[in-house]
Amino acid sequence: MFAFIIRRLLQSVLVMLTVALIAFALFRFVGDPINNLVGQDTTLQDRQQLRETLGLNDSVVVQYWRYVVNTAKGDFGYSYMHRRPVKTMLLERMPATLELSIISIILALFIGVPMGVYTGLRRDGFLAKIFMSISLIGISLPTFLIGIMLILVFGVMLRWLPTFGRGEVVAFGIWTTGLLTASGLKALIMPAITLALFQMTLIMRLVRSEMLEVLRTDYIKFARARGLSNRAVNFGHALKNTLVPVITITGLQLGSVIAFAIITESVFQWPGMGRMFIEAVADVDIPVMAAYLCLIALFFVVINLIVDLLYYAVDPRLRIDGGGSGGHG
Amino acid sequence: MSVRNLRIEFPTRRGTLVAVDDISFDISPGEILGVVGESGAGKSLTGAAIIGLLEPPGRIAQGEILLEGRRIDNLPYEQLRRIRGRQIGAIFQDPLTSLNPLYSISRQLVETIQTHLPLNDREARTRALALLDEVGIPSAGERIDHYPHQFSGGMRQRVVIALALCAEPRLIIADEPTTALDVSIQAQIISLLKGLCHEHGTAVMLVTHDMGVIAEAADRVAVMYSGRIAEIGPVQEVIRTAKHPYTHGLMGSIPLIGHHVKKLTQIDGAMPRLQEIPAGCPFNPRCEKVMDCCRVERPNLQTVQKSRVACHLFDGADGEARAGE
Ligand SMILES: Nc1ncnc2c1ncn2[C@@H]1O[C@H](COP(=O)(O)OP(=O)(O)O)[C@@H](O)[C@H]1O
Ligand SMILES: [Mg+2]
Repeated sequence: MFAFIIRRLLQSVLVMLTVALIAFALFRFVGDPINNLVGQDTTLQDRQQLRETLGLNDSVVVQYWRYVVNTAKGDFGYSYMHRRPVKTMLLERMPATLELSIISIILALFIGVPMGVYTGLRRDGFLAKIFMSISLIGISLPTFLIGIMLILVFGVMLRWLPTFGRGEVVAFGIWTTGLLTASGLKALIMPAITLALFQMTLIMRLVRSEMLEVLRTDYIKFARARGLSNRAVNFGHALKNTLVPVITITGLQLGSVIAFAIITESVFQWPGMGRMFIEAVADVDIPVMAAYLCLIALFFVVINLIVDLLYYAVDPRLRIDGGGSGGHG
Repeated sequence: MSVRNLRIEFPTRRGTLVAVDDISFDISPGEILGVVGESGAGKSLTGAAIIGLLEPPGRIAQGEILLEGRRIDNLPYEQLRRIRGRQIGAIFQDPLTSLNPLYSISRQLVETIQTHLPLNDREARTRALALLDEVGIPSAGERIDHYPHQFSGGMRQRVVIALALCAEPRLIIADEPTTALDVSIQAQIISLLKGLCHEHGTAVMLVTHDMGVIAEAADRVAVMYSGRIAEIGPVQEVIRTAKHPYTHGLMGSIPLIGHHVKKLTQIDGAMPRLQEIPAGCPFNPRCEKVMDCCRVERPNLQTVQKSRVACHLFDGADGEARAGE
């Protein structure tokens, strides 16, 4: 177990170093950093001096290492565009994205899993078939289209919900939350639904197919043959066996939800990191782009780590030391 | 336990398939009834029908199942569920897949015990331990909290037997309990099953296609072919003086238990598929002693000595004469 965690941590570090290398390469190959920092009328000599002070004349390896160390410390440099520390900008934007993403994934889980279980158990039921048809829409409609349609209906026509922004927020230190004000919650509804819909249908279909698979297994038949109640069989025995793939996919999806919040954030003008990234791309604001890249990679790595640990919690076959812990009485 | 004229059908788009047709038999307390027949003969379906776990679209189209004189085939699901495990236990073929891999043995035992018996956690665990001891799990006290993957195939089948015995059922349906096991372990499991059932007076329906297992364990044996009973009678009589030509074929050689040399393949041809069961006796295309009437008229079970046989060879005195030829 311990060795396993250590190994996974080392792998994670390796992944992060690779991502940092790519981010670092952005600086060197997308435009000249000096040009991005200074005005047109700066003399050649000044440029040279800036080059020297920024360490751009050092060897690539030294520069890369410096970049890694700075990044690890959370120092992403200054935005070319806004002339502010990227770290500050990220910290301002992160709460909006994280709140949106986490609420979305919770929404997707808490609706997707029960719907998946239901459609798995009532394979031929009328409601199950309706759920399946709706899920097809969720899976095939592009996110931005769903967002725009929601805006059109609930924002423009019915005027129930705001069409952009995050509403009022309350600050706790560096964290700002929209979850505590009525306008913040209202503003969250449409973006969260938009972002959750795809994940929800994905989770639902996954849980359904896993349920169908598990319900065919011998141990489920044997559980029924022992007279266990339907609840114990379906939820105690079957559902738990569908968890491993659900955890995997949900974990990966949480990563992509954060990453692909970009589209939703653009549609709803949500003041999150995704929109900041889009703006940075438009402005060729390399430090912001690089920082975003590293941060998203970090999210993925951390989530993957958590997913692996959850496997351990769920599946005793992975615990090498085995046994000893599962008593009931 | 009695099965009366049981008929199991599968409605399909191209008409109804009859998988089990007009089967009747009894099992008395403490008795082991062996059920043999080729794969697809309808053995498992019969077992599933008895515990009320036929999978749709399969359904009991006709007949009844009685447990201690009470009809159980038409009970609502919830009542039947209380009978499963409590009065009828089941053991399946593959011990490697019969146990939920995510739960410890103790959890699965305690859950089953508490489903049927009013015991608290501690009492249920004590009972679980006793059961594991009884089925011969060494150092059960340590093993009880282990997970299925930490047991060997034979040990897992013992756990499965313990699970089936949780609430001391009156009848156990064992569907090929040794087929998936190592030959060296098969005999142990069979004698364990036999011993336990004699002690507790539990009746057993022992489904297998291994005549060796039948010879070893069963008191009576039913030979099934194409969803029907070809012959049923005391095990010694069926083995020594098989009457139905199909049974003859099966008995061609009885391997010792555990010696899987010859199986049921000495008879030429294969059992017909459900859609292609011929008129008359379903065995007639493969039968050495086939007569004209076998292709037309379906034979009914009739008493011959201590057995009952479905074969035209035994129709009246005439039949006896021909059988003697
Ligand atoms: N769902 C089903 N649909 C149609 N036929 C089935 C179905 N399940 C089982 N059967 C048929 O029922 C017959 C008996 O099956 P089974 O009882 O499993 O045989 P066995 O004696 O090998 O245990 C087989 O011919 C099989 O093809
Ligand atoms: Mg079978």
